Amino acid sequence: MARIEIDESRCKGCGLCTLACSRKLIVMGSTINRQGYVSALMTSREQCTGCALCAEMCPDVAIAVYK
Amino acid sequence: MKQVFQKPVSLKDVQTHFCPGCHHGTYHRLVAEAMDEFGVQGRTIGVASVGCSVFLYSYFDIDVVEAPHGRAPAVATGVKRARPDAFVFTYQGDGDLAAIGTAEIIHAANRGEDITVIFVNNTTYGMTGGQMAPTTLVGQRTSTSPFGRNAAKDGSPIRMAELLSQLEGVAFSARVAVNNPRNLMDAKKQIRKAFRYQAEGKGFSFIEALSSCPTNWGMDPLAANARVGTEMCGYFPLGVFKDTANFHAG
Amino acid sequence: MTKRLFMKGNEALAMAAIEAGCRYYFGYPITPQSDIPEYMARELPRLGGEFVQAESEVASINMLLGASATGARAMTSSSSPGISLKQEGISYMAGAELPGVIVNICRSGPGLGGIDASQADYFQAVKGGGHGGYHIIVLAPSSVQEMYDLTMLAFDLSDLYRIPAMILGDSVVGQMKESFVPHPRPLRDLPPKEWVVRGREKGEQRVVKSLYLGDGELEAHNWKLHARYAELKEKEVRREEFMLDDAELIVTAFGSAARIARSAVMAARDKGLKVGLLRPITLFPFPEKAFRAATQRCRKVLAIELNAGQMVEDVRLSVARDAEVFFYGRPPGAGSLPTPEELLVQIEKYC
Repeated sequence: MARIEIDESRCKGCGLCTLACSRKLIVMGSTINRQGYVSALMTSREQCTGCALCAEMCPDVAIAVYK
Repeated sequence: MKQVFQKPVSLKDVQTHFCPGCHHGTYHRLVAEAMDEFGVQGRTIGVASVGCSVFLYSYFDIDVVEAPHGRAPAVATGVKRARPDAFVFTYQGDGDLAAIGTAEIIHAANRGEDITVIFVNNTTYGMTGGQMAPTTLVGQRTSTSPFGRNAAKDGSPIRMAELLSQLEGVAFSARVAVNNPRNLMDAKKQIRKAFRYQAEGKGFSFIEALSSCPTNWGMDPLAANARVGTEMCGYFPLGVFKDTANFHAG
Repeated sequence: MTKRLFMKGNEALAMAAIEAGCRYYFGYPITPQSDIPEYMARELPRLGGEFVQAESEVASINMLLGASATGARAMTSSSSPGISLKQEGISYMAGAELPGVIVNICRSGPGLGGIDASQADYFQAVKGGGHGGYHIIVLAPSSVQEMYDLTMLAFDLSDLYRIPAMILGDSVVGQMKESFVPHPRPLRDLPPKEWVVRGREKGEQRVVKSLYLGDGELEAHNWKLHARYAELKEKEVRREEFMLDDAELIVTAFGSAARIARSAVMAARDKGLKVGLLRPITLFPFPEKAFRAATQRCRKVLAIELNAGQMVEDVRLSVARDAEVFFYGRPPGAGSLPTPEELLVQIEKYC
């Protein structure tokens, strides 16, 4: 049981987290945040293993990981 | 559930000015994590340089001295000599360290100053708008090499990690990247090692950190991230070029 | 410490720095100031201090910046071409409100010039030699005793006002041996250095910087610096007045030139000429009021310098409205040091 929280307001939409997820659970969303970026979205909470590689790759420390 | 990944304590909870996908933010976090791990935040004095890295004090929750362009290793020398108990690191870009500050980095390294240098190489001058840097790859177009860097006229990019590893005063020199999880985890390891050198008083440690610069490369963040692997790592091989302490044996 | 010593000016200066608590020295060899790094290299290690022979003048001023940011008393020294290289760092120190002592035992220029006594760096020293519109404290010793005294003062003023301080000398006051009496560091109430970097474990984050990008920040910062320069002008001006009371001609000169000028003034007095000497000791802050006051009565001033005319501009700006200011000086170079007799001829022209 694991989950991630993407701080939507902190996300700059670079997409590096999408590269990191081996299960491809993170995709770019369609809403624009207050900074003007399209932020990343977690699609399937159930399959997250909490490996934290998405958070590691994020240049903006916008992802918190719980396990 | 327990939080297993969070912002390091040494990093402030603020938004950075870095462009989307720029690796500066990642390196900031890795450096802050190393600071947390060695418990040195409280006695750290950072030395900021000129360029995108100038706002060190806005992002790290540490005391900081701002150095003139290229002079961070000299400023760090003064800080460390006067406060040998402090943990001192510089954070410099490639224009700063490998062009205007070449004399300062080489001699601080050669004296074996007990400091850590984080050198971010993104093959361009980021803050000033993407001009040719000493690390710009041959053929790379920048705003001051509009036809591509010409090795015959501009020289070839400088490999600082290898160059410094030749100096007797250097205890540790490595080049890292954060363009994929595997490289990133290794970067984390090497940055911690560089910090360990100073924490244990083992001499000058140097990390060359390959970074993307999506804005000035004219690429989207993912393409820029890919270029680190496809173009930069070929000319700037990742690895450890000097490692004198042999921590594991102890 | 009341024993009379017989030493070179440069050595007296180094001795004073150590007595003032300076434990960190960063420098680079250049004639005619190398006695200073040599003295520091010898003495500092056994006092627990650090001597670093830097790779360049650029590096040494930045080492000074770093040491000073930690609150330590530190010094660098050089001579004219080397001081030019340090200007970048001096500007950053001025901008970051960092104290620190910089010694310029001038050579003659421009360019590589020569090693002879010169006062051609006056403008560079007092007008803020680097970019950005700032001033530093500039003290001009004219004897070995003053090399000692003013160095000690430079550390105190620099700490008190958070402005870099420069000792502006030349080979005459630097290389000459003269007797002097060293004295212990005088007690002086200095504010605690609550701005130094020391690590977060001691309190809130501290940053030593000169970058101000916020709306209005840089202007406010500049006004703060300039208010401090005004305070210096108000409180810290130092000058020597010699036989001024009944003078009909005021001779003015600083540093080594003032020594020769003083002999010429005495020779003029022997001849019955009413001549006095007004010697600025602080070149920044310049003794503007002293000139204004002295020229209320005596309307003629002769400025003598070892250059083609620099301090004379500040004299002209300072004197009473209808005072006449004359100049005698020589561009620096070998054999250019004027004799008292030559200066007497100049004095007689205006009497």
